[in-house]
Amino acid sequence: MITTQQLTKRFGHVEAVRDVSLDVRAGDRYGLLGPNGSGKSTLVRMLLGLVYATSGSISVLGSPVPRHVGRVLPEIGALIEEPAAYPHLSGRANLRLLDAAGPHGARRTRRRRVDEALEQVGLAGIDRRPVRAYSLGMRQRLGLAAALVRRPRLLILDEPTNGLDPRGIRDIRDLLIGLNAAGVTVFLSSHLLPEVSALCTRIGVLDSGRLVLQDQLASLQEPTGRVLVSTDDPERAVATLDGLVERRDGADLVVRSVDPAALNARLVEAGVPVRSLMAQRRSLEEIVLNVTGAGSDQFGVPAGEAAPTVSPAQESQDII
Amino acid sequence: MIAVELFKLVRRVRTWVSITLICALPLVVAVFIAVTHIAPPPGQGSAFLSAVLDEGQLYPAAALALVLPVFLPVAVAVVAGDSIAGEASAGTLRYLLARPVGRTKLLVAKLIAVITFAVLAVVAVTVTSYATGVLILGPSRAAAVGTTPGGLAPGSIAPGAGGAPTAGLQPGAAITSLSGTPLTFVELIERVLGAMAFITVSMLGVAAIALFLSTLTDSAIGAALGSLAALVISEILVTLNAASAVQPYLPTRYWLAWIDFFRQPILWRDIQRGFAIQAVYVVVFLAAAWANFATRDVTT
Repeated sequence: MITTQQLTKRFGHVEAVRDVSLDVRAGDRYGLLGPNGSGKSTLVRMLLGLVYATSGSISVLGSPVPRHVGRVLPEIGALIEEPAAYPHLSGRANLRLLDAAGPHGARRTRRRRVDEALEQVGLAGIDRRPVRAYSLGMRQRLGLAAALVRRPRLLILDEPTNGLDPRGIRDIRDLLIGLNAAGVTVFLSSHLLPEVSALCTRIGVLDSGRLVLQDQLASLQEPTGRVLVSTDDPERAVATLDGLVERRDGADLVVRSVDPAALNARLVEAGVPVRSLMAQRRSLEEIVLNVTGAGSDQFGVPAGEAAPTVSPAQESQDII
Repeated sequence: MIAVELFKLVRRVRTWVSITLICALPLVVAVFIAVTHIAPPPGQGSAFLSAVLDEGQLYPAAALALVLPVFLPVAVAVVAGDSIAGEASAGTLRYLLARPVGRTKLLVAKLIAVITFAVLAVVAVTVTSYATGVLILGPSRAAAVGTTPGGLAPGSIAPGAGGAPTAGLQPGAAITSLSGTPLTFVELIERVLGAMAFITVSMLGVAAIALFLSTLTDSAIGAALGSLAALVISEILVTLNAASAVQPYLPTRYWLAWIDFFRQPILWRDIQRGFAIQAVYVVVFLAAAWANFATRDVTT
């Protein structure tokens, strides 16, 4: 769907994107992660033919970009950083205008497609108010509707949940998962780890313009070979497991074991009251922080999200 | 895409506010002249103003002369300067290009919208000032000459001053050319249309400069001011004897040549040069705008 080879973009002396070889496959929900300033937006703009690469090549939907950008873009719905609209026109008028501007926006179906897109993003009830009067969340939804009007095969979304409240974030996530199930490939960039973690099947991590990681999320989050055990009798558990306990924090133990079921059986046999037991998996946060260098403090982890050292089990799966 | 740009033009409040302002200036001037019966002496003030007390139907020509040096170029520069830079700073440029709208196509559509705006403004000024002239100043107000208060230069509204560029008209004749010979109403219409076309074309040089600057910057106001600065420099150099070597190439050098449409016969020399110099500016700056816009990174 999207492949780039050794893609590099220099602005003067600044290398915004360095040697990036992206590989987004049909049917992916691909999340491009990276702190602000890591080159996400420049990369997205290069995919859309807005910024020209210094070196390297891009292929989107099987055609080279920017050479055949006119053939590729009608199949793509895009949200490029913040949404933008003509503030004095209504949301509907904005969508119609944008649809009329490019090719393949058949006038015959325009009204229906615009209404459909508005409904998809939860703006079916908007009136004739100008966009000037819209809230941040409504503008974001309108921007997504603009991306959907052409019924694209590929969505390229830069920070799609920006400015949305928790309910809005959930709506958009459900919408994107639904579209993906219907065959639309979704490529999104974000600096919000929980968002990507909840939505994406495949991730790429940009750090200072370099793609430092690209893999299926599921394989990145394979069990780590540790099991987290919580028990009312940690003393006996430690004694029973004899040297397998790596760390103890009150009633919570980190135990080296690749087979949680066997470990559980062993504890129960020894009469240890097990409250919970789960295979440890690395959180997306750990994965990302592990591969990014300085500047990783710029990741916008919302306040209240625990740091990885405190709760490594954040993304783990409960097996009991 | 052209239809989309025209729709955007007519749906902008700014378009109509600026056209209203451009039309209001001649109206204000006409009211003052009609109330006081004081017109500038021939050879002074704006072209044709000295004649309109005698002939209200000539007021469109006077009105065009009033708006030509400042109001019209400012409005055109603002619209043209905003065309790419305004979309860039509002963020809508990237969505248009990702639609996709070809960059060349967008530039052409923008130019056509700017030309449409200039035509709208010139037509609006002509139509409203014709109405103003006929209603406020009245047709063939030769009788007003006698009631003109004193204090004017001798012969200010005197008849028969043929030959002088902004001479008064012969009272009694329906409408008189600047050369002193009468014009029929049909001839007047033709010549006003010619002057309108020439003035519209005169704005294209400014428009092309502003459009070019608009592709260089994301500041619409910067592009507009930049092109106006170029105009002001040109207008100053046109009057500077020391700059006579470059004067034939200045964009405003032949701006006033439209007055030659009101001579009998029409004096084509400067009119043709005026058209030619505007064509050169349009071609050069459009080419520069295209070369810059088609190859630049859109990062806003």
